[in-house]
Amino acid sequence: MLTTSDTTSSRSRSLTSKQLPKATPWVIAVASIVVAAGISFLGLGRFSIAVTAVLAGAINAIAVFAISAAYEGRRKAVDRVATTVVSSAFVLACVPLISLLWLTVSKGGAALDLNLLSRTMLGMKGVLDQQYVAGEAGLAGGFYHAIVGTVLITVAACVISIPIGVLAAIYLVEYAGKNKLGKAITFLVDVMTGIPSIVAGLFAFALFSTIANVLMPEAAGIAKTGFTAAVALSVLMIPIVVRNTEEILRLVPMDLREASYALGVPKWKTIVKIVLPTSVSGILSGVTIAIARVIGETAPIMVTAGFAKNLNWNLFSGWMSTLPTYIYDSQLRPVSPGDAAIASSERAWAAALVLVALVMILNLLARVIAKVLAPKAGR
Amino acid sequence: MSKQIDIKDLNIYYGDFQAVEGVEMQIKPRSVTAFIGPSGCGKSTVLRTLNRMHEVIPGASVRGEVLMDGSDIYGAGVDPVNVRREVGMVFQRANPFPTMSIKENVLAGVRLNNKRLSKAQADELTERALRGANLWNEVKDRLSLPGSGLSGGQQQRLCIARAIAVEPEVLLMDEPCSALDPISTLAIEDLINELKDKYTVVIVTHNMQQAARVSDKTAFFNIAGTGKPGKLIEFNDTSVIFSNPEKEETENYISGRFG
Amino acid sequence: MPTSTQTTATGPAAGAPGPALGPAVQGTRPKAVIRPGDRIFSAATLIAGILILAILAGVALFLLAQSKDTIDAQISDPSAITGGNGFLAYVWPLVIGTLVSSAIALVVATPFALGIALFTTHMAPRRLAPALGYVIDLLAAIPSVVYGLWGIALAGNLTEFYLWLSKWFGWIPIFAPAADGSVSNTGRTLLTASLVLSIMILPIITSLTREIFLQTPRLQEEAALALGATRWEMIRMSVLPFGKSGIASATMLGLGRALGETMAVAMILSPGLLTASLVVSGNQTIASEIAQNFPEAAGLRLSELISIGLVLFVITLLVNMAARAIVAKTSVKGS
Repeated sequence: MLTTSDTTSSRSRSLTSKQLPKATPWVIAVASIVVAAGISFLGLGRFSIAVTAVLAGAINAIAVFAISAAYEGRRKAVDRVATTVVSSAFVLACVPLISLLWLTVSKGGAALDLNLLSRTMLGMKGVLDQQYVAGEAGLAGGFYHAIVGTVLITVAACVISIPIGVLAAIYLVEYAGKNKLGKAITFLVDVMTGIPSIVAGLFAFALFSTIANVLMPEAAGIAKTGFTAAVALSVLMIPIVVRNTEEILRLVPMDLREASYALGVPKWKTIVKIVLPTSVSGILSGVTIAIARVIGETAPIMVTAGFAKNLNWNLFSGWMSTLPTYIYDSQLRPVSPGDAAIASSERAWAAALVLVALVMILNLLARVIAKVLAPKAGR
Repeated sequence: MSKQIDIKDLNIYYGDFQAVEGVEMQIKPRSVTAFIGPSGCGKSTVLRTLNRMHEVIPGASVRGEVLMDGSDIYGAGVDPVNVRREVGMVFQRANPFPTMSIKENVLAGVRLNNKRLSKAQADELTERALRGANLWNEVKDRLSLPGSGLSGGQQQRLCIARAIAVEPEVLLMDEPCSALDPISTLAIEDLINELKDKYTVVIVTHNMQQAARVSDKTAFFNIAGTGKPGKLIEFNDTSVIFSNPEKEETENYISGRFG
Repeated sequence: MPTSTQTTATGPAAGAPGPALGPAVQGTRPKAVIRPGDRIFSAATLIAGILILAILAGVALFLLAQSKDTIDAQISDPSAITGGNGFLAYVWPLVIGTLVSSAIALVVATPFALGIALFTTHMAPRRLAPALGYVIDLLAAIPSVVYGLWGIALAGNLTEFYLWLSKWFGWIPIFAPAADGSVSNTGRTLLTASLVLSIMILPIITSLTREIFLQTPRLQEEAALALGATRWEMIRMSVLPFGKSGIASATMLGLGRALGETMAVAMILSPGLLTASLVVSGNQTIASEIAQNFPEAAGLRLSELISIGLVLFVITLLVNMAARAIVAKTSVKGS
């Protein structure tokens, strides 16, 4: 891979070599964009961002290679082209992601207000949306019920999955060793990580419909409750909790366990009083990441909890809405069809903003927990 | 306090592999016994069987007897947890509990064993243990700071304080100075000299000068080759081992001809 | 010495010795006492572990139980199943749609993901790099329903591009226009859904490969640089070979995610019959079929949807197993 002949044998060994000035890549990049814009204008007769971007990227890569190869030699030129291509890929990939965040903030921010946060969709009529679109009234409806549903279902999912997940991770790290059961669990946790979220939802639904069929065959549709949704989310959450906790527990040095055993402390107490406190920050931050992941799930909720329009505090009876299902329902099945559908779409964007903010806050929280609660190391 | 340890025909296995073969030894109370020998000779393994710490490693097992004042620690119905309360241990690397302060570290063994302490008792025990480990004067003003903030040598003495706070009969030390600088090492060696007034001390060391300085008796272990079990070659007064050993192998080792 | 170098946490209960393998031990020594505390605690963790096995078995079992109606119908009267030609005829276009959209998403996303991962680990300014990594992690956490919303809002912009594609590349079946020469005028086609999918899995693959690249042993990188390698040569000599299996598994995880992704496709795609062309309306994926029809489904239709869910489950299971096999084969030996 290293061709040293051109630098060592043909010339006398020297520590300096020709180098392009530092600003060169930037100059070439700007020039490429200008040229690409020019071509786009001449070729299409108008300015197109997409065409310009693609052309500019290609021109830039070729130009960088040509200039660098002529001046600095081939190896350096390949290095520069690789850097250019990778950087361009980064910039290009950022475009849709920034666009997504921007749309969420601008569209959601424009629609979001306290009314939306404090009202439900109960008694919502198409006429209200038509009035809003005609400019005769404010935006009606809201998603207070969806926020409540999100919190209730997520909390229930946590109550189910955190104990199971953490205990199973403890089993894997502290008790299983290399036994068959441990290997089987590790494998199945891997498999569970890959379960499509909608399948998790179908499972929970199938589970509770089967139970409902046995217990009270005459009551149709009783299986769709907030609790069913919580079970579906747990199926998705448990493997994440197990994986994260397992990883963190394995980081706890064996030294500490031995120190504790040598003091005559039983194993279970060593785990509870020494191992878990040492890793609590990592476990909590892993759990928070898991919550952030499942709180945005839509598919498993819609097949297990339906779409509620009203506030429902009871996890065990009746349909419930969460923010994601609310967004989906509003966008695809607007209250008022036709032009006034825009009102539903606006509510959807507002809910999307709230949901994204919630997920971001949870992720930030995970970082803060990991930092603040970590054992103070070193001097 | 302090107990006598009798090791009778001790064989140690890791799975099917025999790590140590046929150790016979009598360790007197209130003395310091040093285990020396080349790497892999099984001296640490033997040390860890004295408080059943080797069981932490999967597949490890033991045949033979280890009598502590006459009662076999491998006898029927013996709980290794109870054995370890009688036999404290200090490790190669200092390992204070990172989530605990200096004081909590010292009290960890007692607290985790469910003993309730009044504040006065706790203070008294902390001071006694830290004084016993020659650490009190250095840390008495910062007992509530994390133990991991101390220097390496201080951390190791903190671990010794933690071990003696549970008031064991025997104190095992597995190369306690190998990660320390010479000054900290000296502090630990001084401490070992004081500890033998109260405890039976067994120390594994790579450093023969250290064995000569601190111990009353020395046991030399050796291994015939890789895959072979380690054996106790010679066990005698330290002065004899280092001046006039009976076996040629011992002579070769302490005079630096191998290992 | 084996005892002092043991660092992994795989010990058996401290109160219980490991499987006694010393020849005479089993005979002469009764098992050591186990404290009640230890027994309760280890039992609790064991139960949690077994519960995971039970859940997974339950997923397969209950889906199968609820699929019974479909299986019965398939045997007694295949024409009762949606489409009128039996279960296979119903499910295979969905399987194709699912596989095609995931494959496109993967092909588009992987090079970009590698680029971003390399950029943030080895090329971006040192001070910027951690922040960029953090942003990627945040993006990986954005709920798919938001991506769906975004995709709907912007799908229309792609119509022009699809027209251009069908004009110049229409001879390739996947870009062929409809009979009257038009393409979807809403832009809500399988290609759009696939592109949104690729953007969705991009942060996931990136954040996984980023972690792998960060784990490249510093010494290997420095060794390459010390030989006089340029940065790109260093990356090719040490970073990429080291990350090979990691990249493979990250890609596979991305594929698994794309296969099971419901919402983005369900929201963006206006579904229809299976067609080869990706720029006109039509096609459908399994997950999206379930999501779009489940709320109104009852009786046999409900059972059908659960059965295709089972099919999806099996497909993702196979992909995940393939991923593990690939990782096992390509992982770097001895590092």
